[in-house]
Amino acid sequence: MPTPQPAQAGTLYGKMRRTMNSSRLLRKVTLFRLTGFVWAVFRYVTIIGLGYLILHPLLLMLSSAFMHASDLSDSTVVWIPKTFTLDNFKAALYFMHYKEAFFNSLFLAVSTTLLHVCTCTFVGYGFARFRFRGRNVLFALVLLTLIVPPQALMIPTFLHFRFFDFFGVIEMLTGKPGLNLLDTFWPFLLLSATGMGYKNGLYILIMRQFFRGLPGELEEAALVDGAGVFRTFYRIMLPNAVPAIVTILLFSFVWQWNDYFFVNLFLENMKVLPLTLDSMATNISTTIGYPLDPFRQSMINNTGSLLVILPLVILYLFAQRYFIEGIERSGLVG
Amino acid sequence: MRGRFRMTLAQKRRNSGYLFILPWLIGFVFLFAYPLIQSIQFSFNRIIITTGGYELQFVGWGNYREALFVHARYIRVLTGSIVQMVSDVPLILIFSLFAAVLVNQKFRGRMFARALFFLPVILTSGIIMKMLQQDWMTAITQAGMGENTFDSMGLSSVNLRRYLRESGLNQDYVSYILAAVDNIYGIINQSGVQILVLLAGLQSVSSSLYEAAYIEGATRWEAFWKITFPLVSPFLLACAVYTTIDSFTAQSNETMRLVHDTAFGQQQLALSAAMAWIYFVAIMAVLGAVIALVSRKVFYHES
Repeated sequence: MPTPQPAQAGTLYGKMRRTMNSSRLLRKVTLFRLTGFVWAVFRYVTIIGLGYLILHPLLLMLSSAFMHASDLSDSTVVWIPKTFTLDNFKAALYFMHYKEAFFNSLFLAVSTTLLHVCTCTFVGYGFARFRFRGRNVLFALVLLTLIVPPQALMIPTFLHFRFFDFFGVIEMLTGKPGLNLLDTFWPFLLLSATGMGYKNGLYILIMRQFFRGLPGELEEAALVDGAGVFRTFYRIMLPNAVPAIVTILLFSFVWQWNDYFFVNLFLENMKVLPLTLDSMATNISTTIGYPLDPFRQSMINNTGSLLVILPLVILYLFAQRYFIEGIERSGLVG
Repeated sequence: MRGRFRMTLAQKRRNSGYLFILPWLIGFVFLFAYPLIQSIQFSFNRIIITTGGYELQFVGWGNYREALFVHARYIRVLTGSIVQMVSDVPLILIFSLFAAVLVNQKFRGRMFARALFFLPVILTSGIIMKMLQQDWMTAITQAGMGENTFDSMGLSSVNLRRYLRESGLNQDYVSYILAAVDNIYGIINQSGVQILVLLAGLQSVSSSLYEAAYIEGATRWEAFWKITFPLVSPFLLACAVYTTIDSFTAQSNETMRLVHDTAFGQQQLALSAAMAWIYFVAIMAVLGAVIALVSRKVFYHES
């Protein structure tokens, strides 16, 4: 039977032996091992149970993606389909305009992610390593951008990009009341470049905490050697910040990829995956002339959801280490 | 002559500081503060969309009055969301702490378990959450899971209900626990980041404290409540704040969906702005009360 915590139990055992007589010690150690064993069993049962709950939607998507419609009414089929078919995939790929939407989504997610990372790293460094008047007040305002929900700002933001103008310059040049930036990627790019994108306050917070944790001597050495502020930043500080950068990169990509709120707000005819997935049912019923029966529709929806998150699941398989260690190491909480 | 224009090192650093935060400052002023003020302004006006933009018509507290006293669903949805949040936050914290303690121990497959618990952050955000919520089959199998699977194990919430009622506990606690059991799926989905934050907290506790306690004859249970719990309490407070804000700004939030529908479904832009601000103020009041209550109990090192 394994001791509960081998590394610590050794030293613990030694210390106990010095302080207790042998029969008491034996009783104590046996009790410790017993509770350790019961706890281990309980632990595995709990993790397997919770794992089932967590993976359930993913398993359901996988299973219904390959299932034929006839399997739905077959009560012997629970998870593994009897008749394998790719019909659901074909339907989902076609009605979601998958190829076009995939590349649009990819372009949107990659470009905004890069902008998020650049801006947030830059700004986070500014807040972490420079003393200037109003720093604390401004940083409190960064936190404010986290707290105010995007829904409260959506109407002015919407109107802002519908009639986009900069101090009346555009109206003066074109004579029209501002540019219509809706249905383009410009709103996303502008928001991301200025650190106002989705959850950017959180990324700035993470980068600031990370830079504050790096030793100051690194910078001082570079400055004494004659490097300017920007040179110090990208030659010395950036290479050291790679773990935190990878963390915000991954979060930003995942949240942008799945984001429904902003694409729904700014895009109407532009095809991106969250929107085409959402409108797939309507799309099918207008094409065939009547709504599909709910179970069949649900199968295709599940297949569509699978197609949307498949890239993310693959990404997670390779990069889960960075997601998890990143938050622990970034000192987000410290 | 030149001396007058030369800056001290401190001044130089200060100016570079401003330069570094400049992109954010521009965004804050034009894409956050300006819309924020506009949104507050909208909530006191009526918006009329014209061909060349829009016009405002001042109506005072009219939109707020309409949201609170006239609108058929708003006040019900609002109180529903707040009650839901107040009851969910402690559950999410308890579950996250439990899960963090679980995966903090050394055992085979620990990395796998951590990766698993964090998966909901990826799986159930944005559109996927929306699809899951409106999905037929998930709804049916989830309901089925609650009854059939647990039934066959003799652990259905019906049995649990009877068992808890007979145990003589207060009825309010019983219904709270039962609601938690039925909502376990939602709670797990909202706990991903919190588990990691608490895990970081647990790892910051020095193991010598436990050794000393065990030598003095403490049990694991006592060690948890006397050592682990106080030392991670600052992290719990951070998680409480994060959870509140996360559930409040989430797009799956019932009130936020109503706000969105009012704006784009019914074209009542000003009313929707007023609704959002009422909700914001209510949440800030709850959050302030929670922080004021909890932060006195939180244990900090002398540092």
